[in-house]
Amino acid sequence: MSAEAISRRSFAGGIAALALAHRASAQGYAGLGETADGFAKVMPGKAFSFPTDHGPHPVFRIEWWYLTANLVDASGAACGLQWTLFRQAAQPGPQGEGWANQQVWMAHAAVTRADTHRFTETFSRGGVGQAGVTAKPFDAWIDDWEMKGLDRTDDRTLAPLTLKASGTDFSYALTLEADRPVVLQGDGGYSRKSERGQASYYYSQPFYRARGTLTIDDRPVDVSGQAWMDREWSSQPLDADQTGWDWLSLHLSSGDKLMLYRLRQKDGKDYPFGNWISAGGGTQMIASGDIRMMPKATADVAGRSLPVEWQIAIPSRSFSILCKPLNPRAWMGTGFSYWEGPISFSGTHDGVGYLELTGY
Amino acid sequence: MRRALWILAVLLSHWRRHKMQFATLLIGLIAATALWSGVQAINQQARSAYDRAAATFGGVRTAMLVAPNAATFPQELFIKLRRAGWPVSPVLEGRVQINGRSLRLLGIEPVTLPADVGNAPRLGAADLSSFVAPPGQTLVARETLADLQEPEGAAPAISNGAELPPLRVQPQLAPDVLVVDIGVAQRLLSKPDQVSRLLIGQPRGKPMPLASVVGEQLQRVEPNAETELERLTDSFHLNLTAFGLLSFFVGLFIVNSAVGLAFEQRLPMLRTLRACGASARLVNTVLVVELVALALVAGLIGLVCGYFIAAALLPDVAASLRGLYGARIPGQLTLRPEWWLAGIGISVAGALVAAATSLIKAIRMPVLATAQPGAWQQRQRRWLILQSCAACAVFAVALLLLHYGQSLIAGFGVLAALMLGAALILPAFLDIILLVGQRVARGPLALWFWADSRQQLSGLSLALMALLLALAVNVGVSTMVDTFSRTFIGWLNGRLAADVYISASDNAQGVAIRSWLKDRSEVQGILSGGRAEAQIQGQSVELLGLPDHALYRERWPLLEAAPRAWTRLVPGNAAFISEQLSRRLNVRLGDVVEVPAPGGTWELDIVGIYADYGNPKGQLTVNVAALIRQFPQTPQTRIGLIVARENISGLIAALQKQFGLDDRSVADQATVRAESIRVFNRTFAVTSALNAFTLGVAGIALLTSLLTLANSRLPQLAPLWAIGITRPRLAAIELTKTLSVALFTALLAVPLGLLVAWCLIAIVNVKAFGWRLPFHVFPLQLIELVAVALLASLLAALLPVARLARMQPANLIKVFANER
Amino acid sequence: MLSIRNLSKTFSSAGEPVHVLRGVDLDLKAGERVALTGESGSGKSTLLHLIAGLDAADGGTIRLEEIEVTKLSDAGRASLRRDRIGLVFQQFNLIPSLSVADNLAFQARIAGRHDAAWTKELVERLGLGSLLKRYPEQISGGQQQRVAIGRALATKPSLLLADEPTGNLDEATAEDVLALTRDLVARTGCGFLMVTHSLHLAATLDRHLTLHAGRIA
Repeated sequence: MSAEAISRRSFAGGIAALALAHRASAQGYAGLGETADGFAKVMPGKAFSFPTDHGPHPVFRIEWWYLTANLVDASGAACGLQWTLFRQAAQPGPQGEGWANQQVWMAHAAVTRADTHRFTETFSRGGVGQAGVTAKPFDAWIDDWEMKGLDRTDDRTLAPLTLKASGTDFSYALTLEADRPVVLQGDGGYSRKSERGQASYYYSQPFYRARGTLTIDDRPVDVSGQAWMDREWSSQPLDADQTGWDWLSLHLSSGDKLMLYRLRQKDGKDYPFGNWISAGGGTQMIASGDIRMMPKATADVAGRSLPVEWQIAIPSRSFSILCKPLNPRAWMGTGFSYWEGPISFSGTHDGVGYLELTGY
Repeated sequence: MRRALWILAVLLSHWRRHKMQFATLLIGLIAATALWSGVQAINQQARSAYDRAAATFGGVRTAMLVAPNAATFPQELFIKLRRAGWPVSPVLEGRVQINGRSLRLLGIEPVTLPADVGNAPRLGAADLSSFVAPPGQTLVARETLADLQEPEGAAPAISNGAELPPLRVQPQLAPDVLVVDIGVAQRLLSKPDQVSRLLIGQPRGKPMPLASVVGEQLQRVEPNAETELERLTDSFHLNLTAFGLLSFFVGLFIVNSAVGLAFEQRLPMLRTLRACGASARLVNTVLVVELVALALVAGLIGLVCGYFIAAALLPDVAASLRGLYGARIPGQLTLRPEWWLAGIGISVAGALVAAATSLIKAIRMPVLATAQPGAWQQRQRRWLILQSCAACAVFAVALLLLHYGQSLIAGFGVLAALMLGAALILPAFLDIILLVGQRVARGPLALWFWADSRQQLSGLSLALMALLLALAVNVGVSTMVDTFSRTFIGWLNGRLAADVYISASDNAQGVAIRSWLKDRSEVQGILSGGRAEAQIQGQSVELLGLPDHALYRERWPLLEAAPRAWTRLVPGNAAFISEQLSRRLNVRLGDVVEVPAPGGTWELDIVGIYADYGNPKGQLTVNVAALIRQFPQTPQTRIGLIVARENISGLIAALQKQFGLDDRSVADQATVRAESIRVFNRTFAVTSALNAFTLGVAGIALLTSLLTLANSRLPQLAPLWAIGITRPRLAAIELTKTLSVALFTALLAVPLGLLVAWCLIAIVNVKAFGWRLPFHVFPLQLIELVAVALLASLLAALLPVARLARMQPANLIKVFANER
Repeated sequence: MLSIRNLSKTFSSAGEPVHVLRGVDLDLKAGERVALTGESGSGKSTLLHLIAGLDAADGGTIRLEEIEVTKLSDAGRASLRRDRIGLVFQQFNLIPSLSVADNLAFQARIAGRHDAAWTKELVERLGLGSLLKRYPEQISGGQQQRVAIGRALATKPSLLLADEPTGNLDEATAEDVLALTRDLVARTGCGFLMVTHSLHLAATLDRHLTLHAGRIA
């Protein structure tokens, strides 16, 4: 289970309204410690219902549809892509009509190769149709970016889907297939993230097989590989004393999936969390004390020093790997900025995945 | 270096002994720099104000999509385009009335608003949610807040009763603009799901072709490098620039004569320096360094003076621009560093140009004095012929421009060429007059008088040229302004048909006032008008609705009219067009103008053309009932009354009492007329001020030329004194000479000035404003100007002449003692 | 010290060449004082100007000490004048805007050879002590010429050239000024070449040459 995973996304979501104002530097962490007054609270024991829960939950403050893919082209060269749609409600209360709607949408898209990293972002108000999500038929869109279900899309697997996005110098279009149902994280989808009661509703689809076309500088390339989607919504953003996090989603070559992250605190302590998803779809949380996450090497990107290489071990599972980035310069210089890029790992296990570093 | 410093010290020592000359040089440079940079500061200020207005959330500086034949289009097209990859952002624009005052309301969508829309005011990150979330905000410029007489945070109501979101000051905004969220604008303007235009931001990826997304419903409008306001006001700024340039040149005339004289006087010094072993290169370098240093000092002082001139003129300029074009510029002067640099640069460059001949002479100067220069007559003759040839060439250019030129710039080109040519030919013209005088002169003294005047010509000619230019501009501009004024007042008298004017705060009040008026016996007629706005060929055009009333037929002047023009107006399918709009659209009697109205295109036959002086916007006049049919939103708040003169004040008082109207909302004809004339006079205030400035600088030029001449003329005067002519008599002769050349110059300036006025009225005004005025000549004013010119010359000549009259005989004797 | 060989100079006047100097030979030893006379237009001043480097010769050589004047560029001649030659003219050629003191010192200052003690001595010998703060126009012609001589000698030149230095002075003053000049020349040990009309004054110098038809007679 990965209760605190909410934090990294809530950071993004929480800052969205600020970031979209002028794409300039986000104003610190203002607003992240706000209380959830007026918004719905995340309570344990929710019965998830699909397709409804694939759609938006506007009474909660923040929500996202977050997809990363590890791909290879015909020559075997690795690449990765990211597609993220954030929703944030500026104010609680009944949903306003048209422009009076209080939802604000933000999206990020990126592609990464060993030799390049491209990213872009876009923003939209809710209520007028420029951006939104419908549960049935499933469709999540903003401008001409879209993650969309087909007629035969299965509500349990949230597959197949088509995915597209474009920037000034890149674009992609993928088809996503999966044959296993989505995986509820935490306690049946209730993901506690602090002792103070903050939590989120959280489920994932880590079993997507992806196929499509990736175009960089007008040169289209056929690609295929695996993808991972996170769905999460909540009303309570980050704890005031949390400074950032290091997050990994790993596709093991055995077919197992692993999510790991550590939450960094002001006092220098950090709390690692992990969640092992077997190839069959079963999930198991990993005890914090059983996780070793150690930065191995840093890269200087965008004036910051970022730990892009990690030594990771889970002794109880005889798991010990070294993660290396495909491209250490995978910096997302968006309205709020962070590092997010594909990685590969080897050791007792090998495979590929995604790494996210925030708060540096 | 040390050597150079010593040479500089020696050169500078000259000024210590010739303080007046030094002052002249500095005054010339300071005057040139001050007026030039003052005018530049004003222009810069105005430009940035236009930028501010134009760039307000995309203005015309951003490419956009508009509906070809409608004011607004469905918002759904915005979504369609976004979903096809178009980086567009919607804007809804309209006008709202607050307390009878009409303001532009802009609804924007801050989330998609392109980040690069000109100088668009930036909504701070923290402000975004308060702008968007209820109750939202209304962003206004500080000036607008003051005009509305509302505090920040107030939420005034507009004429339809709706309340604006709380007002908030956004300093970069243009005046008279209210900026709200697009959702708020749709509500306030009662245009749900409608937008006026889509601003196009930086594309992300490759959007689909426009036609494949929205068909023919929208068309792309490329960004305009120049705004409409800039286009309109170009002539005004060209005018200002021309004045600045004129003063600059007059200032340089002063510098030129001062430097020339100083050089002549320092010639022996330069030779001695060279004889003592200072190399030519070093001496020349130091001469340039000295000049540049002086120019820097004078330039700085000039800039400070320029700042004050600009600050003093700015309120007038602002009034002019507002009166002429409806452009609003702030009355507070802000200067950029470029302005200071440019000012210093122009001072140095000007000084180098003005001193160029002297410097070249110095560089070419041999160490040994050459033989005494040849007879002055020969040299003067050659110079006169050369200059006259140049003048003829310039006149030819003027003719060519007049014949082939179409633009405003060409109009100004004709003006400039005329004046330059006239200035160049002036010395030859004066020479001929003086030669004729010399031929017919009787008696030795008279002969000497004419001959000596001729000899003085080369020394005085620059100053006289400056005087000619200043006078001609004065004559031209005054004639133009007075012509304008006479025409305007005549036109205004016809235009103000009603006796009392009422502006109701909203339609409801308008209805109430009208029904109340019906019961008043003293009201002989109620004239309800209306105004709407439309876009024709990308231009904002006013639609003026007039009621069908005999009074208009009698008093409203038409420049051209089809038969039964007023009767044809009544059914609503015909219109009168203002002169400037007819020129802009190239429309004549009998043509058809298509007006995009909310209900569809409104076709109007043009049956009359009328003068509409002072209106920056084009105007169409139609029947008011037809206007309201086509534009149902037209506020029916304007009411004109026909009332017997003796009942006016009583009625106004009763109206004010009954409806709580203030002085702005109800006024009698005399008040409106006085107000219009006051605005008009303010409009040309800056022209008058600059006129006076240039004349003043020309006067200084004359004074300095005479002062510098005075010293060099002693050798000519001393022999006369020696043969028995008293000093006062000599002084009187000198004075007469100066005044007579000045008089000849002034007399030449009169026809030149009239020519300038004709150019302004027949060429420049038509191109700049779109209206042509009848040409009037004001003889009294011309006599007055000639008198002013003579007075200026008298004042300028008085100081050197007084010196001569009081000169110690010893100084005159010295002439003989020092004879070489 | 000064050695002139076969010097020639031609001007053109109204299109006609005028041969002013037609092969002048002249030698002057250090400390020697020579007067040069001749009728008007005989080329006296031209010869002086050529020696001073104020003008360039058409043919022949002028050698001052180790320097061949006739081979110098314009700038070279300027530094020759500055460093080795003192010039005195008939019109005094003082700088009207500088005081007597500044006029005296300024050539030496330009040459970078200002010697306060020497200047002081010059002021004393020339009797200018009470006039230092005055301007040229405030002193008499004889006084002005004394300033000019002082200025020329302030740099301790190798050669003092004077073109009719007494032409604008009355006879008594002229003799005074010339006597002073002779003294000072003796004091500095420089050569002295003076162009003059006056045979009487010419006789007071060591040697007297006459220029006739462009040659030393």
